[in-house]
Amino acid sequence: MAAKVVTIASGKGGVGKTTTTANLAVALAADGHKVVCIDADIGLRNLDVVLGLENRIVYDLVDVVEGRCRLRQAMIKDKRFPELHLIPAAQTRDKNSVSPGDMIRLCDELRPDHDWILIDSPAGIERGFRNAIAPADMLLVVTNPEVSAVRDADRIIGLIEAEEKGPARLIINRMNPTLVKRGDMLTSADVHELLAIELIGIVPEDESVIISSNRGQPVAMNGNKRAGAAFHNIARRLNGEEVPFLQLDSRDGLMGRISRLIRPGGS
Amino acid sequence: MTAWIDWLTGRKDKSAGQAKERLKLVLVNDRTDLTQDALSRLKDELIQVISRYIEIDPSAVQITIAQDGRQQRLMADIPMLSTRKRKAGKLEK
Ligand SMILES: Nc1ncnc2c1ncn2[C@@H]1O[C@H](COP(=O)(O)OP(=O)(O)O)[C@@H](O)[C@H]1O
Ligand SMILES: [Mg+2]
Repeated sequence: MAAKVVTIASGKGGVGKTTTTANLAVALAADGHKVVCIDADIGLRNLDVVLGLENRIVYDLVDVVEGRCRLRQAMIKDKRFPELHLIPAAQTRDKNSVSPGDMIRLCDELRPDHDWILIDSPAGIERGFRNAIAPADMLLVVTNPEVSAVRDADRIIGLIEAEEKGPARLIINRMNPTLVKRGDMLTSADVHELLAIELIGIVPEDESVIISSNRGQPVAMNGNKRAGAAFHNIARRLNGEEVPFLQLDSRDGLMGRISRLIRPGGS
Repeated sequence: MTAWIDWLTGRKDKSAGQAKERLKLVLVNDRTDLTQDALSRLKDELIQVISRYIEIDPSAVQITIAQDGRQQRLMADIPMLSTRKRKAGKLEK
């Protein structure tokens, strides 16, 4: 067993990196994979609350890096999924307490005993982002169908290419079918065409994402929710399965149907 | 290809159509570090240099940046004036 390291990045903040990391971790663990996720957003720790593990933290990433504890001691076991672990970020330290080399060493130590290592990157293009991508075998770039998010995603993809990291795969989060139908939101095909990297997931805007975060139970724990299903599909695609994309931005009427026929990527 | 679908579905006038057109320009600038202003200066200088060797119609020159996946391509379309036309003009046959 040698884990694949997948870093979830975005450029712009608030587009859904932490949500994506938590839900992919849950979806992969539910499929029986051994998963460890690392919160690399030092100073703005969040993955713990989204996963509902905030009360169990004793040690964090910086404690491991600075040798105050062993790696195993900082790994919080999720009781709902015995094969899911979290290494939380330090809340009171800054990003410079960890170096890209530290991240590579840490992941090398975790690789033999896991299938997937998911790293939740901070927003921006500074040190925290460099730390998060250093050990990555693959990058998931999360964006929203919105001008500023797409622009920042393009910048991140450019940096990933310049660092010869990758491959980078695209996740379009918070698609709103009603807005698309009205012509007031970029379609997934538009975003895909603009960013021109392989698409691995389209996640709908779904209030159950917020409700599940409130409860500390990622929406992927509930297979009935549309966003939950979308995250399960991404997990399966990560494993090399061919899964059709959910029909999220259907346009009603003849023209919509014709355009879908001509351009099936718009789903 | 997608442009006429956008037209067909009437999306061009909607805000999504505007978002896409604006993003296309912004991304080209971001990726190439080339502003619209620099591009038009490049065009002027290119016309000057080429005019030293061959006769061209400056108003017909088109310089564009085409997108090919994540690769940008600088495309110059420079129609040459044909010899016959040139001579016709000069000798006033
Ligand atoms: N598909 C979605 N539908 C509805 N809300 C979402 C969705 N994805 C994310 N959110 C909400 O957006 C906010 C930002 O998400 P988060 O994952 O924290 O972003 P980031 O980690 O990129 O800063 C959170 O409140 C989250 O619940
Ligand atoms: Mg986050």
